[in-house]
Amino acid sequence: MLHGLWKLTWLELKIFLREPLGAFGSIVFPVLVFLVLGRFAGGRITPSSLSPAGFAHVGLPVFVAVLISLSGVLSLVTIISIYREGGILKRLRATPLRPQTILAAHVLVKLTLTALTMALTVLAGKRYFPIHAGFPIFGFSLALLISTWSILSIGFLIASIVPTARFAQPIGAAILYPMIGVCGLFVPVQSLPPALQVVARLLPLTYAVSLLEGILKGEAWSAHMGDVAALVVVFAICTALSAKVFRWE
Amino acid sequence: MGASATPRFAIQVSRIRKTYGATVAVSEVSFDVSEGEVFGLIGPNGAGKTTTMECVEGVRRPEGGEISILGLDPFRDVYQVQNRIGVQLQQAQLQKRIKVWEAVDLWASLYPKPMDGNRLLEQLGLADKRNALFMTLSGGQKQRLFIALALINDPQVVFLDELTTGLDPQSRRAIWDLVRGIRDRGKTVVLTTHLMEEAERLCDRVAIIERGKIIDIGGPEELVSRHCPTRAVVLATEDALAEERLRAIPRVETVMRQGFEFTIQGQGDDFVTEVIQCLSENRIRITSFRTVLPNLEDVFLKLTGHSIRD
Repeated sequence: MLHGLWKLTWLELKIFLREPLGAFGSIVFPVLVFLVLGRFAGGRITPSSLSPAGFAHVGLPVFVAVLISLSGVLSLVTIISIYREGGILKRLRATPLRPQTILAAHVLVKLTLTALTMALTVLAGKRYFPIHAGFPIFGFSLALLISTWSILSIGFLIASIVPTARFAQPIGAAILYPMIGVCGLFVPVQSLPPALQVVARLLPLTYAVSLLEGILKGEAWSAHMGDVAALVVVFAICTALSAKVFRWE
Repeated sequence: MGASATPRFAIQVSRIRKTYGATVAVSEVSFDVSEGEVFGLIGPNGAGKTTTMECVEGVRRPEGGEISILGLDPFRDVYQVQNRIGVQLQQAQLQKRIKVWEAVDLWASLYPKPMDGNRLLEQLGLADKRNALFMTLSGGQKQRLFIALALINDPQVVFLDELTTGLDPQSRRAIWDLVRGIRDRGKTVVLTTHLMEEAERLCDRVAIIERGKIIDIGGPEELVSRHCPTRAVVLATEDALAEERLRAIPRVETVMRQGFEFTIQGQGDDFVTEVIQCLSENRIRITSFRTVLPNLEDVFLKLTGHSIRD
């Protein structure tokens, strides 16, 4: 069924890009956020005080990366629930397409879009802020894809439970966006109240941010195997759970 | 059960049962469909037609009973079955912005021996809509596309669920012609409908379903003569002796008179012929003549005590 997978992935990618708001929301918007925030931060910080670990160099790229990832996840939740509500999943299910193929196609579409948005952001960033020579573009992209892959599985789980498309976006946002607050991006996890620290340790985004920040600071992958392992565990749990509760109609 | 032997029946369903919570959707439903036959499941909305059909397609799993389709089990051999059947689902949709040719192309890629998608679109009158987005198609065009998708794998059995619901009479007739075309290619067709006219025009045999149970199965004419054997002739004549002569016909049950118009009721296939013979033998001059024959609608009313539209 590999043939079906590539065809469906390519088709879903084309269909997504035909959606006027879809392409804007998941590709143009994060790039704009990056540029606006970057200008804002860049205007306030003089080049001499710009430390290599400061917001513009580590926080901002990670923040934008997380936004890209989350918007991909949200759009996956919405699409799956629309497909279910409209009977599209049901129609696809009555073909030899395996359920896994359909889901895998959507994951591939989201990963492709994530990579594409990341590339555009880097290009846009190059234009406005000179990226320092040591920017680990390959490692950072890999870390982002791993993180997105893992967070996408939470998206599946939400998509499996949310009853209608109308609720998918708000419920998805209500679950995903608060994670940003405690994931260590703005406030280090160690300085959070103990209860929130526990919450943070349970959320995959915390590990994603730790991985992304680490890679960006030039730390070795071996130092972040714990983060990768946590992300893989989240993926395994969410995939298993959503396979159990997934409804096709 | 081996798949090697050619089954006489395309489909055999035996005592299947399906419940949703406390609601019994289908209970003790049994029927056989022969190869090359157009078989209809007819009944009002919510009677269990779609549930029955989806159990046979392998989309839903019944809680009890047995189903064999082309000698295969629709659940154990689901992917094998899917390669050999074509399905049009009730109220199914495609991606809003998928193009007609893209849908056909995707479907074709999923089967080992697909038909030529372009020819199929041409036959279904969709050739000029190849590049149209799904969301821009009319109801009739969407249904024709779904028929194309159901036929793309050159299936042996085609399932059509409420194919013409919501279509205008013209599109409906066009779709009926397509279904006859499918049968003429030697395929077995199973369809559901709540339109008795559709069933009468398309089906070789029908099963009448009401509240999850099959009430009777047979050819449309067979069902009519079994349950509603009474036919009527309505004629107008000024002949004073007409009433007496008509009453003398052995098969006549009642003769009602309203002015110069007579309604004559009787039973049997020869009833109408006998009325005509009586008229000509007695040289009764008539000014109008029509027959009123019962149809499936009347059968349904008789069997369930209510109209199918209620």
